[in-house]
Amino acid sequence: MSPPATAAPPGAPAGREGAAAPAAVRGLDGPVTPELVEEHGLLPEEYGRIVTLLGRPPNVTELGVFSVLWSEHCAYKNSRRLLRRLPQTGAAVLQGPGENAGVVDVGGGWAAALKIESHNHPSAVEPYQGAATGVGGILRDVFTMGARPVAILDSLRFGPLEGDGPAERRNRYLFDGVVRGVGDYGNCVGVPTVGGETAFAPCYAGNPLVNAMAVGLLRTGDLVRARAGAPGSPVLAVGASTGRDGIHGCSLLASTELDESSLENRPTVQVGDPFTEKLLLEATLEIAASGAAAGIQDMGAAGLSSSSAEMASRAGAGIEIDVGRLHLREPGMTPYEILLSESQERMLVVAQPGRADEVRAICDRWELPCAEIGRVTDDGRWRVLLHGETVADVPVRALVDEAPAYLRDAPEPAYVRRLRGTPPPGAAPAAARALRTLLGSPNVASKRWVWRQYDSTVRAATVAGPGADAAVLRIPGTGRGIALTVDGNARHVFLNPRRGAALAVAEAVRNLACAGARPLALTDCLNFGNPYNPEVTWQFAEAIEGLREACEALGLPVVSGNVSFYNESPAGPVWPTPVVGVLGVLEEVADLPTSRFRAAGDAAILIGPDARDTAGSEYEAAVLGALRGDAPALDLDLETRVHEVVRGLVAERRVGSAHDCAEGGLAAALAESCFDEAGAFGLEAADGPGHAGALFGEAPSRVVVSCAPGEADAVLARCAAAGVPARVLGRVGPRGGRFRLGPDVDVPAAELAAIWEGAIPALMDGTAVGAPDASGPAESPVNPARGGAA
Amino acid sequence: MSACRAGRGVDRAPASAGSASAATGGGAATVGVVTFPGSNCDEDALRAVEDAGGARARRVWHRETSLAGLDAVILPGGFAHGDYLRPGAIARFSPVVAAVERFAREGGLVLGICNGFQMLTEMGLLPGALTRNVGLRFRSEVVRVRVENARTPFTRAYREGDVLRFPIAHGDGAYVADEATLDRLEAEGRVVFRYVDAGGDATPAGNPNGSARNVAGILNEAGNVLGLMPHPERACDAALGSSDGCGVFASLVSAFVGAAGGAARA
Repeated sequence: MSPPATAAPPGAPAGREGAAAPAAVRGLDGPVTPELVEEHGLLPEEYGRIVTLLGRPPNVTELGVFSVLWSEHCAYKNSRRLLRRLPQTGAAVLQGPGENAGVVDVGGGWAAALKIESHNHPSAVEPYQGAATGVGGILRDVFTMGARPVAILDSLRFGPLEGDGPAERRNRYLFDGVVRGVGDYGNCVGVPTVGGETAFAPCYAGNPLVNAMAVGLLRTGDLVRARAGAPGSPVLAVGASTGRDGIHGCSLLASTELDESSLENRPTVQVGDPFTEKLLLEATLEIAASGAAAGIQDMGAAGLSSSSAEMASRAGAGIEIDVGRLHLREPGMTPYEILLSESQERMLVVAQPGRADEVRAICDRWELPCAEIGRVTDDGRWRVLLHGETVADVPVRALVDEAPAYLRDAPEPAYVRRLRGTPPPGAAPAAARALRTLLGSPNVASKRWVWRQYDSTVRAATVAGPGADAAVLRIPGTGRGIALTVDGNARHVFLNPRRGAALAVAEAVRNLACAGARPLALTDCLNFGNPYNPEVTWQFAEAIEGLREACEALGLPVVSGNVSFYNESPAGPVWPTPVVGVLGVLEEVADLPTSRFRAAGDAAILIGPDARDTAGSEYEAAVLGALRGDAPALDLDLETRVHEVVRGLVAERRVGSAHDCAEGGLAAALAESCFDEAGAFGLEAADGPGHAGALFGEAPSRVVVSCAPGEADAVLARCAAAGVPARVLGRVGPRGGRFRLGPDVDVPAAELAAIWEGAIPALMDGTAVGAPDASGPAESPVNPARGGAA
Repeated sequence: MSACRAGRGVDRAPASAGSASAATGGGAATVGVVTFPGSNCDEDALRAVEDAGGARARRVWHRETSLAGLDAVILPGGFAHGDYLRPGAIARFSPVVAAVERFAREGGLVLGICNGFQMLTEMGLLPGALTRNVGLRFRSEVVRVRVENARTPFTRAYREGDVLRFPIAHGDGAYVADEATLDRLEAEGRVVFRYVDAGGDATPAGNPNGSARNVAGILNEAGNVLGLMPHPERACDAALGSSDGCGVFASLVSAFVGAAGGAARA
């Protein structure tokens, strides 16, 4: 579900209704008591607002539907007034927030749909299915727009892997299950997972983060929107049958904190079926291409309730559905259960009048059930029947547009000033030892263990895949490409939410520049704690400001996104974790420079300023065991100039490689540049910097490039002309050579490569991957570790 | 997308990869690519055939029962029917499969890639089986395979000993067969591709999935059915890192050029 593009105008409550709610359904509806309201996660004043809007108390079915549509997950009640501050328009934007996905024009008659979404709490409770259905949901958001999904990216956060206590074993179990879940789903549907990021910190131990981003391509003229058609248009439910899984997934699981009892919520986690998803994907694209549909929407969070109400709302229409016509997974389901089910792989299609048969024929071909369940009306009502008897009847606007929206103020929490005033630890190990430790830290170490489980090459368009700064995909039939990345450094955001959020945007765009790509659009996934906690209130408001500042400075519209609150465990909230996905375009994919050095003897050049200190860095966390200071300073003007100069050098193929300096600083960036699969290159940069700040500091606006020695002067001249500092650090050494950096680092490159490659496999391989405690079954309901093949 | 180009960083360039792109037999041959509901490499295979030049590519829906007019058939990768039971186990009962079996027994060329290879073993057109990878994890990476037999209709564009870079992406790719079958496959030159390491040797380090004797692809007794786990159709574009796979499709297309009437019947 998307945040509303514009907040609901504070319209007057709907007129007073008839005094009586629709009749109770054969004893299934009891009285609505204060306890029942509370169980549905609604505040007393929110319930009062419902009664005012309806002019009468709701019945239990209606209460359930209000509770999901007014949940944090669906209504963005604690975020949407702030989200409106983000820039949402731009020359390339074809569809901004408020639809299933944002869409931008990527040139040559092609458009790209993009969206990122969280599936954190389901993954905390059942990692394999939670992650798998997260991927399934985001793919549906993209293909409902008429776009064929061409790429998945993931952004994952877990507690530390190291250690043998139950908490660490559970962290490894969650990590393993989530990676299998992401992989199995995308692999089976046949969409390559081409990029992502994984980070570890203690704050995620009780509440991992699983964010999945999907990107699809479509012809600009083929865009389909999720809105109901003209009155009388038939409404069809397509895809999997509706069962009792996932009921209240969005309201009770996603919109509350996790605690010891959360594992009892396993029944609210949906079960994924990627094969049905593949059928639904093909059928939906055929339906979109046929022109027989007025609108299509995924039945995602809050299932049939939200999809039907939101489609009616966007069209300014009403809708009437008979839940007795749905194909059900089991008998005896009540309207309440049918409306709130979050069974996966289902789609709501509004056909053009008289064209329902065409939709049905396409579904038949793909062996997908398809049932006509209702029609669009002109009375603005959301009316639900069971075999002809009305069981719910409320204004569409009350459900979708009248949800409360809160804006709170909170002061800067005390921890911020305290950590900024904390001095760095006195004693530090020698630089060579620190570099070894850093490269073996799971946050810096190679994530090959993760992405080797993801099919990254299906569809035969992946020019640069996992492990590169940005993924690059060829646009079919052209020499052009799209570039994709997903980034976020939550430690920086925790220390300074405004600057940390801006740094995430800067890093993402810098990664695209390393692939020679011009950024077009951003999608954001905002993972925060309980919004009623003043600390979180402040973090969220500051992070939005940081996103706004960076997006405006870099000319980047936010076209879609997702907010995930309540990421807390009994140990407290997670670090504020805004994750940004950015899509860009490049004109030529052939002979694209890589993230790795290409040839011994090439000049290694740092573009951008030297870092001065290590505050807030992975170095301080992994080597010194410290968390203190401020996030690195960000000069958005300099950052923009660095992007322009790097993009130009890459586009003109003046450099053979370009790699962003991020976690681990310059030293890690240089080491990673040396690590080639055919054998690590050495580095001869003994005259390079030696102090910890320059080696390991995480100042932004820096890129390591390499070029033929004869080109170095030209590269430096280009930088000077752009007002960007740059200098030659040294040269690339031979394969199997030594890694020499500054006066103190002189280590065989192969040894560093082995540490970097081996860290995560050493922690994960040989460990039991079943559930480590009595918290539940180790096996997922559907084949827990599916093999198969592409 | 351009047609096949010589790949950068190829260990040893295929002898004539891409050379068949000029081949145009009288009455161009037609290669069918079967689309099962869960196929997801069918488009890639169709494109690889078209890019090879000299043959038409036609999508064949899995409910079709006749392959009349086709000169070769490709069973592409994917998860044909979800593969929840066992890869290829349900696909074996798709209506098109009986036609593929007839086509193969009459000598038509059949190429099974990844899931298609798994189906061919389930159908009994190739011996042995594909089981869970050693390590029990899905493996997606670029591997090296060595051409062990360049005298097949699928590999004649290569030289024996060529080392090619192909992507793999599978969870069930460990080839198993009894010792006698393996001995026989080797003796008859029916191990067509073998996984090798960076030095070109068939070592455990070069074996990504635990396949017996590093087997990556095998031929049937009659020499007209090939199954392999790696994806040559994803290695037909130098911009994607390898164009070593072009030789498979160039070989397939050139197989019809010498055969009168366009159909290659053994």
